[in-house]
Amino acid sequence: MKVLKKALLLVVLVGLAGCAPTESGGAPRTLTVMTHDSFAVSEEVVAGFEAEHNADVVFLKLGDAGEATNRAVLSAEAPLADVFYGVDNTFLSRALDGDIFEAYASPLLAGIPDEFELDPEHRALPVDYGDVCLNYDLAYFDEHNLAPPATLENLLKPEYKGLLVVQNPATSSPGLAFLLATIGHFGEDGYLAFWEGLVANEVSVVNDWETAFYTEYSRWGGERPIVVSYASSPPVDLIFAEEPMDAPVTAAVVADESCFRQIEFVGILKGTQQRDLAEAWVDFMLSPTFQEDLPLQMFVFPVSPDAQLPAEFVDFLVEPQETAFVSPQDIAGHREEWIQAWTNTVLR
Amino acid sequence: MRAKIIPLFFWLLPLAFLAVFYFYPLGSILALSFSRGESWLQPFVDVLGNRGLRGVLGFTFWQAALSTLVTLAVGLPAAYLAARHHFRGKSLLRALSGVPFVLPTLVVAAAFDALLGPRGWVNLSATNLFGLDNPPLQFVNTFGAILVAHVFYNLTIVLRLVGDFWARLSPRIEQAASSLGATPWQVFRKVTLPMISPALTAAALLVFIFDFTSFGVILVLGGPRFATLETEIYYQTVALFDLPTAGALALIQLLCTLALTILYTRLSARLSRPLELRAPQAVAQRFATRRAKWAASAFLILLAIFFAAPLGGLALRSISRVGAERGQIAAQPGLTLDYYLALGEDPHGNVFFASPGEAIRTSLLYAGATVALALAIGLPAAWALARRRDALLSRLLDPLLMLPLGTSAVTLGLGFVVALNSPPLDLRTSPVLVPLAHSLVALPFVVRSLTPALRSIRPRLRQAAAVLGAAPAQVLRHIDLPLVGRALLVAATFAFAISLGEFGATALIARPEFPTIPVLIYRLLAQPGAATYGQAMALSTILMLLAGGGMLAIEKLRVAEIGEF
Repeated sequence: MKVLKKALLLVVLVGLAGCAPTESGGAPRTLTVMTHDSFAVSEEVVAGFEAEHNADVVFLKLGDAGEATNRAVLSAEAPLADVFYGVDNTFLSRALDGDIFEAYASPLLAGIPDEFELDPEHRALPVDYGDVCLNYDLAYFDEHNLAPPATLENLLKPEYKGLLVVQNPATSSPGLAFLLATIGHFGEDGYLAFWEGLVANEVSVVNDWETAFYTEYSRWGGERPIVVSYASSPPVDLIFAEEPMDAPVTAAVVADESCFRQIEFVGILKGTQQRDLAEAWVDFMLSPTFQEDLPLQMFVFPVSPDAQLPAEFVDFLVEPQETAFVSPQDIAGHREEWIQAWTNTVLR
Repeated sequence: MRAKIIPLFFWLLPLAFLAVFYFYPLGSILALSFSRGESWLQPFVDVLGNRGLRGVLGFTFWQAALSTLVTLAVGLPAAYLAARHHFRGKSLLRALSGVPFVLPTLVVAAAFDALLGPRGWVNLSATNLFGLDNPPLQFVNTFGAILVAHVFYNLTIVLRLVGDFWARLSPRIEQAASSLGATPWQVFRKVTLPMISPALTAAALLVFIFDFTSFGVILVLGGPRFATLETEIYYQTVALFDLPTAGALALIQLLCTLALTILYTRLSARLSRPLELRAPQAVAQRFATRRAKWAASAFLILLAIFFAAPLGGLALRSISRVGAERGQIAAQPGLTLDYYLALGEDPHGNVFFASPGEAIRTSLLYAGATVALALAIGLPAAWALARRRDALLSRLLDPLLMLPLGTSAVTLGLGFVVALNSPPLDLRTSPVLVPLAHSLVALPFVVRSLTPALRSIRPRLRQAAAVLGAAPAQVLRHIDLPLVGRALLVAATFAFAISLGEFGATALIARPEFPTIPVLIYRLLAQPGAATYGQAMALSTILMLLAGGGMLAIEKLRVAEIGEF
């Protein structure tokens, strides 16, 4: 009994110490937004919202998109936050099946193209998207007098033998997206044959984007000039270059159905005590101020067609016209089976 | 009566801590996981019936066993030399060996890549020297990379735990054996080995459990063809959300740790004996022959290179411009401090921006709190273990202290979310959870560093003091503390290093305004661009210097403050 009492006392003390700074708010209301580790936003953009709504916005980062979704689902009874931003279309079904969101038909949805609205009940509202595409090292193809691949099928040609590095779909989000691109493009019956061809053409597989990009990719001192990354990588590369550059050194393959589109969603968590403020935040995320802040903070694209992209982005950006599509339900239903089949084909 | 109450009293704090911050969250998530399946038993049947998962289990054991053996094989000679011989740069080597312990896996991977990667300098020199077409050495994504990285990370455990214990052993028995005609091998086998075995088994256990639950090394350096229980739990949880299977795997991992620890406890109870401890100065020896001296020097130089080359390469990378060798980017080759300067700037005004100064402060704050907490909890536990090792209570409770180390970080992280969800325990978003989580990991190190030293104090010393009228507190102050001062510092060093480098638990604590250095490094690495990569290397170098500096400082402190007897 004594043990328990002491433990409780300790816990209470520790708890008080930990909670003190967040709960002594005063007049402004606190809105808690849970999100994934990659979330970023400009300070003045958040400050604008806080001033307008007399609110304090507190962000919680809860791991990668998958981990954050898990935590949202498992804390449904005592939600960690008022709003959850960052579940993408590969994890959307898990969030919807977990029944963590309250529906909210924001008036701003009217201005957003239907193709982004994957949840007709408006529990999860689209905020941004990014396309996972093949990138290639322009200098390498220049030096070797070789035409870069234009389509997925091209990768099977002998001249591209040993040039491609991809990520493991079991451990990497772009890796999974690229597998889905091949499934969307070649169909459930055809994608494994394509991957067999890639194995014959000596594809290299690593576990994470960082290793693929910084260790294997020839632009950064690796050996392979074709890598799975994002359509936004070429302009981002330029923006974060060490020295000003006039032209990108990397380009993306954007042929039809060669890229997979990751769409990120926001939703109001069930059980919020301040639905009005949560709605205001969701509206804010869909408004031009926030939408235009997205590209330079998270290297993703606004779903709102009205949002102006930064000049650095537009100048060097090539976007795919038509991306390969796999529905969130199919992804949820077949993820394990597809990854297992891929593993057996490519890694074993 | 009193004799029975005292051990219970010592156990109170550690047990309360573990109950609230370990067993309760872990139990909650496991119960929830299994409630999502058909029955408790089914996931275990599925896991053990699945050939792939059985393979994962087997590989986990195999790579951990081999990694531990290699670590011991390299670590024991190092520990011996550090314990019994004077050589220049001993403190530096100790500090150097401790640095990897705090580095994030992605950074260690980058360090090895700069050295051994397809365009690392080993391969580049080899291709240039012998005119080869392809790099001769394949390192990343091999089993060898896993082994090397595990040795790189964990060698310091053997060096510190065994080396420090060894340094206090009186060489008199060994000398007696020698003079009675025993060969050096017989002396080692029959005298030295039994004497160092308590520290040796403790180190081996810690290294094994670390390798057994290895995550980042397997994922980043081993690559997609290797999976351990820990990486499989992550995959089942995050990619598939198959909580029953993940729960079963986590429990299997835990039971393996428990079984090993029980085995260790049995073994160490039999192995440990009161020994005559001496000041390290008194046990230092000279090399018998010139050849022995040369061999030792060569070994130490190789060891220093093993640590210094990757770490030095990393530091070099943080001050050199990339792309120079490719000649494509309009950058002048040469050295630069730009990455360090850029760490303090944020051109895009990100609300989560933290300067390196802030991250260093946060990291040091957490590390300080972890050292205090882990020692406050670990010392009484080690005490109870050492004094009452025959007591049933201690025998039962000892293995429990090891468990947090063998627990999947993914599982425990979810446990915090599920369990600590209502006042007064709603700590899910509190920064206080960081030192608490770090202390869970540090606790086994603290206990394992302290117990062998505490156990080897001759009871007669205490009895003599008591007979002469010393109160228990005085015995503690004048007998035990001076004798274990060194072990106490080893324990503090480990707690400090674990907290400084810990990424898993830090990442699951949700407050992004207070990133630690490792968290900030990961943030930088996740962004494309030469500039951010250079900044990540710069920040890693800062972390390295901080860790190395911290450990050197503790070495100095040891001599100055605690004072050897």
